[in-house]
Amino acid sequence: MSAQMVLFAVLATLSVVTAILVVVHRNPVRSALSLVCNLIVLAVLYLTLSAQFVAAIQIIVYAGAIMVLFLFTVMLLNLGAPEALRETGRVQGVVGVALGLSFLAAILGAGTISAGLGPSAATEESLRTGGTAEAIGRHMFEPGLPWHFAFELTSVLLLVGIVGAVVLAKRRL
Amino acid sequence: MLPVRTEYYLVLSAILFTIGVTGVTVKRNPIVIFMCIELMLNAVNLSFVALGRHFGHIDGQMTVIFVMAVAAAEVAIGLGIIVAIFRQRESIDIDEVALLRH
Amino acid sequence: MEPLPTQNLVWLITGLPLLGFLFHVFVGKRVGRAVVGYVACGVVLASFAVSVIVTLDMSGLPAEGRRAIASLLPGISEPAPWIEIGSLKASFGALVDPLSMLMCLIVTGVGGLIHVYALGYMAADRDHARFFSYFNLFIFFMLTLVLADNILLMFVGWEGVGLCSYLLISFWYEDMENSKAGNKAFIVNRVGDIGFALGVMAIFATFGTLVFHSPDGGGFLDMAARGVSEYGALTVGAATLIGLLLFVGACGKSAQFPLHVWLPDAMAGPTPVSALIHAATMVTAGVVLLARVSPVIVHSPVVMTVIAVVGVFTALYAATIALTQTDIKKVLAYSTISQLGYMFLGCGVGAFASGMFHVTTHAFFKALLFLGAGSVIHALSGEQDMRRMGGLRGRIRVTHGTMLVGWLAICGMFPLAGFWSKDEIIGYASGFGTAGPFLAALAMTTSLLTALYMSRLMWKTFWSSPRYGDASSADDGFGGGGAANALNLHDDHGGGHGGGHGGTHGVHESPPSMTVPLIVLAVFSAVAGLIGTPWAHLFKRYLEPSLAAYPAEHGIPVMAGLVVGAAIAAVGMGLAWALYAKRREQGAVLSDEQRQRILPWRAAANQWYVDAAFTRAFVVWGGAAATAVWRRLDDAIIDGLVNGLGTVTAALSERFRCAQTGLARLYAMTMLAGIVALLAGVVAWGLSR
Repeated sequence: MSAQMVLFAVLATLSVVTAILVVVHRNPVRSALSLVCNLIVLAVLYLTLSAQFVAAIQIIVYAGAIMVLFLFTVMLLNLGAPEALRETGRVQGVVGVALGLSFLAAILGAGTISAGLGPSAATEESLRTGGTAEAIGRHMFEPGLPWHFAFELTSVLLLVGIVGAVVLAKRRL
Repeated sequence: MLPVRTEYYLVLSAILFTIGVTGVTVKRNPIVIFMCIELMLNAVNLSFVALGRHFGHIDGQMTVIFVMAVAAAEVAIGLGIIVAIFRQRESIDIDEVALLRH
Repeated sequence: MEPLPTQNLVWLITGLPLLGFLFHVFVGKRVGRAVVGYVACGVVLASFAVSVIVTLDMSGLPAEGRRAIASLLPGISEPAPWIEIGSLKASFGALVDPLSMLMCLIVTGVGGLIHVYALGYMAADRDHARFFSYFNLFIFFMLTLVLADNILLMFVGWEGVGLCSYLLISFWYEDMENSKAGNKAFIVNRVGDIGFALGVMAIFATFGTLVFHSPDGGGFLDMAARGVSEYGALTVGAATLIGLLLFVGACGKSAQFPLHVWLPDAMAGPTPVSALIHAATMVTAGVVLLARVSPVIVHSPVVMTVIAVVGVFTALYAATIALTQTDIKKVLAYSTISQLGYMFLGCGVGAFASGMFHVTTHAFFKALLFLGAGSVIHALSGEQDMRRMGGLRGRIRVTHGTMLVGWLAICGMFPLAGFWSKDEIIGYASGFGTAGPFLAALAMTTSLLTALYMSRLMWKTFWSSPRYGDASSADDGFGGGGAANALNLHDDHGGGHGGGHGGTHGVHESPPSMTVPLIVLAVFSAVAGLIGTPWAHLFKRYLEPSLAAYPAEHGIPVMAGLVVGAAIAAVGMGLAWALYAKRREQGAVLSDEQRQRILPWRAAANQWYVDAAFTRAFVVWGGAAATAVWRRLDDAIIDGLVNGLGTVTAALSERFRCAQTGLARLYAMTMLAGIVALLAGVVAWGLSR
């Protein structure tokens, strides 16, 4: 087993465990902290996939901004106490987990019987520089590609999001 | 030859996605449900990046960036809605917010 | 095709009446009645003046050059495009050639005189402005019809005159009968118009163009004259199809059997309308159409025979009915149908110029007769029944004198207008193959009947003893009309002449605005025939560039034909004299009871039951069929399907409503279960391969 494989195994285990913790914690603050851990582990996984820029964004946007929003909301609504919400009944939990496991089985089965990915097209070059900010920036604004249109659309989306958030946050809805 | 096979990443992605899905179905705190949705989004992002590396193409990462932007907007709005609901009903139990029933 | 020096004036011909129409519509109610009348007459007479100028200009050109394409819009010399879809092109263009200019002269000339007449006739009507707006609009559409340089624009005019006809027949719409007559005219015309529309499509399919003539010889009439279509030689089958379809259209507009039923009812409109639309101009549109497309028609012997046979049959058929009618306007209406039959006969035997010649002369004398009848009705304050007329010769001298000319003209007495045109048609009909003598014999019979029924009209109206004062209802103030005519009086005169007159004192000559047009028309009815005598052929030579060259021949010597024609007219008149001179007192050969006992008479008086048969077939049976379709198909099946869909959906929704719990997590679970099921299906499908 190579060093990379060992690293992957460790990271994969960590990410699965933290993800499960998000679900099983009764206290939303703990769920949020588990989610932060999960997002950071994913950022490291992105690094192993030689996606440096995405890893950085993952930390900044997800582990930073979005998590702050979550925690802020939890605090604001004072839902920290475990008794704030009754938790799911046993039947619902069992059904939910059973459905989830059957979903996993189905999706893995579908992947297994598919034709497979085939040989990798990755090159030394793509592995080394394929995830830098420069490569992504150049690709984003490459003439002839649709990405800059999506970029512009995203700016509109974020504007709408800001306006929507302000409207929702007003006292009188 | 890649150091770690892409299929492993995809299996990991499937597992994380399943955990997220299960969370959405069993939790009744909408904030946690949102977190589970973020888990699902991240699982998909992981497979995007892994497949992008596999095919030596940068488009996988491009998609991830836009998914993140959309997720950020979604969380902002979603949490805003939750705050608004809480203000009105003093509770955010998702089973009690059932106005759209028959 | 050389440009005409005056072709930039052509747009005025149609533009002026349109301007008049717009004037009446937008300011007609605010200005005085006199202004409306003068504007209406003014624009038509001005249009006539322009037509004269353009015609004189065109006539100066050599015969083969008498054709120009002008614009119907001001300020541009090229026709403005109207429709351009692929190879389908139509423009607002005017075809200036002898045929179109002849019709322009008739429409604006006779139409102008009738406008002047209407000034007096409609003077007291409260809807003065509405009347003249329709009148001007009619002139506009009629000119569009005759001037159009493509058959699609001609169709616009064709439909436009149909619309105006409808509006004017039901002008006094408050009377249900008038509205019904208008509807009848409109609906029967639709039948013909379908034929016209299909004919237009057939022309486009055959020739690939809708333009009559184009400078490069690409118009469909140019192609037909060369015997070619878009795909090589023009086949007889294609020409037959086009000819028959257009003939159906012509039948509807020109009231040929069996689509003639609307015209007698159309007499419900004011008398100037009957004169302008239903005698002089619109009803001749079918003949104009046939003459216009004559290069196509001459390719198909079948079409020509059909036209000739239908024409001569209609002529004879309508003449027998005219002989039995007692309403003065109805007699003239059937006479119009009969005369139109002559024109169709002329076109059918290839003598298109003769057909158009009869259109011309008929426009004068039939307009004269209608206006004269209007003057009689006016004099008797709304009386239309000839059984209550008589003895008017000395009382309304101008009307009598002018109608005398019209009577001689329509009977075909030498040397008046009808003599020349009718005998020419009969002469050419006699030379039309083996059927020729037969056609000519029928036409001559019709000629005899024409003289008879027109003489009958003159005797009953003018020469027998007065019968309008001796009725028991003489003191009812309506000149013997009786209560039934009170409405009629009110309608036809707008109440202007009713109350003040009683008994015979009401008989009065019409004002000059009505008598002057009568005199002018009488002059033309007398002399117009001289432009087409067999020796000079002025008319035929004038029209030749517009018509197909068809070798129509006289079957009997020209002189013999003329003599026989005049003799028949004289016999008819003499017969009437023999019958009526002895019975001046009663003014009738048979009493009403006797008439009812004579079966053919009764049948003819009832239009040989054609109307009744149509009513039975289309109104009763057709209505029953429509009701059946409505009840059985529409209500039961189609509505049942639609309503059933709604009911089933509602019932199902009621069942499935409980699935809407409003629990978001349940929805998520259901969704997940669905995805799992789908994926499981995919896996199972993949494993089974």
